[in-house]
Amino acid sequence: MQRGDAGIDETQTLAAADGSRPRRPRRHGPVFARSHARVCAVNWFKRHGKWLIISPPLLYLLVFFLIPFAFALKISLADTALRVPPFTDILSVTPDSHIHFTLNLGNFQYLFADEVYGLSYLYSLKTAFFSTLVCLGLGYPMAYAIARTSKSTQSILLLVIILPFWTSFLLRVYALEGIIRENGLLNEALLWLGIIHQPLQIMRTTLAVYLGIIYTYLPFMVLPLFATLEKLDHSLLEAAADLGSPPWRAFFDVTLPLSMPGVIAGSMLVFIPAIGEFVIPTLLGGPDNLMIGRVLWDEFFGNRDWPVASAVAIAFLVLLVGPIALYQHYSTKQLES
Amino acid sequence: MQDRVPPLLLSVLCLGIAILYLPIIVLIGYSFNASSLVSVWGGLTTSWYTQLLHNDQILDAAWLSLEIGVVVSTAAVILGTLAAISLVRFKNFRGRLLLTGMVNAPLVMPEIITGITQLLLFVSMLHVFAWPHRGFTTIVIAHVAFCTAYVTITMQSRLQTVDRSLEEAAMDLGSGPVRAFLDTTLPGLVPALTSSWLLSFTLSLDDLVISSFVSGPGASTLPMVIFSKVKLGVSPDVNALASLIIAAVGACVLLAGYLMRRSEQQRLKDAQLAEQ
Repeated sequence: MQRGDAGIDETQTLAAADGSRPRRPRRHGPVFARSHARVCAVNWFKRHGKWLIISPPLLYLLVFFLIPFAFALKISLADTALRVPPFTDILSVTPDSHIHFTLNLGNFQYLFADEVYGLSYLYSLKTAFFSTLVCLGLGYPMAYAIARTSKSTQSILLLVIILPFWTSFLLRVYALEGIIRENGLLNEALLWLGIIHQPLQIMRTTLAVYLGIIYTYLPFMVLPLFATLEKLDHSLLEAAADLGSPPWRAFFDVTLPLSMPGVIAGSMLVFIPAIGEFVIPTLLGGPDNLMIGRVLWDEFFGNRDWPVASAVAIAFLVLLVGPIALYQHYSTKQLES
Repeated sequence: MQDRVPPLLLSVLCLGIAILYLPIIVLIGYSFNASSLVSVWGGLTTSWYTQLLHNDQILDAAWLSLEIGVVVSTAAVILGTLAAISLVRFKNFRGRLLLTGMVNAPLVMPEIITGITQLLLFVSMLHVFAWPHRGFTTIVIAHVAFCTAYVTITMQSRLQTVDRSLEEAAMDLGSGPVRAFLDTTLPGLVPALTSSWLLSFTLSLDDLVISSFVSGPGASTLPMVIFSKVKLGVSPDVNALASLIIAAVGACVLLAGYLMRRSEQQRLKDAQLAEQ
């Protein structure tokens, strides 16, 4: 508290020191002599004071979000060892004070040699791609419908969409299991209606993984789409109609191109996390649904092979940087507009 | 915007909302099912809820998760607000691009990668500094990182709409910039700060993957306990627990939404008053 007060006083004194705005000192008591040192300190504060605001979050994210990637890179170049932590040092000093510098590229070679990594990465890409497509097909009309309602309905509908978005991811996957398992609601209903005569096996199949991703990521698609569709200038559509364009034509000529930033931002928000999905393939998928997140988890906790797991993470990250950069590009564009 | 929504669009919207809510409603329904066989309806009961109160493992985990959530959201709101102020008010500083990137990246970064890299950092730090030991501390540090990103984005969009004329007036009257901000702008930010806090709290409470990586022996958060139970299949006491969490989180989000909406209305009202 006191420190904060001191800071504010300094800036106030500065205003007076500049001579621009003479004013009474706020507090009673002895007026400090404006020594040269104090003016210097105040000037420093004025020039660099903003760093007191910028540096805490910048340093925190730097140390605990960005620098960890450097550690992952370092450990991906180490060797597995039977000790705690389970990897060797890259730099080591021998008793006769020689510094040993060992880089082990074997982990990365291993990623190419063992096809499980490549296959699971491609499988994750495929799963994420088709789920994104379905989310887009379902989310676009939803966002468009919300954008066309009145302002007050919009805020209610948005809350309806946002609520599951914040509700526990794990619990929603679990809730879905209650619907699609062998004696779940879906099978019971279909049996009761006489559409099927024996329960469908959905759990532990690829279909369950798709359903899980679509169900949990749908809000991520709807929200950015809504944000662009809401801003759409309606007079453009009216102009198209006046010039004789049928509604579907106007949609493809006007609405869709203008909503492209939302389509891309929403698709990225679904696609990128879906590639690394771990919970859904583990809880809903079968043994065939080896997505990269699951492989990574098993490598880490099952095999305790941290260097290989780090190498998988680094390779995965490098392959992700492109899509992430694309997402950043479009999201900043959206923010600016 | 038109008021009439084409029926086809409306039906897709209803279908989508039904897909989002049906599983949750069914889950809550099952949590009151007296039969321990999940497929058979055996009448209403609340016994699964009372059983939870006697399950020490779940109570401990719930308490740990709540403690973590409170510490994390408080720290994340402070750091995230500072980051938002930096990004909105200081247009040019070294590291601005870096900060923007680090704030946006956690939103799309697969949790499993964040979790692994953070664990590797903590392990190396423990090796060198003998701190932090894996458990409460490491979970808090890891959660603060991604919650800060979410808070920054919320506060950033709120700060961009702030009318700065009051703050400028305060500075003209001799307030220092910090004082002017605290006296004029901050009170208007309270609803947004509260909702950021609540949202960070739910994010921290929900996190499974990052916590699993950075946690150590003996520190199991609620999602970690639920995950190990759920892997064994659907069970009625997990239904009850899940319903409770969903209700609590739902209440948090509704409150956050209400606060945001009220502050927005207040802002519009103020703007109208200012024009008159």
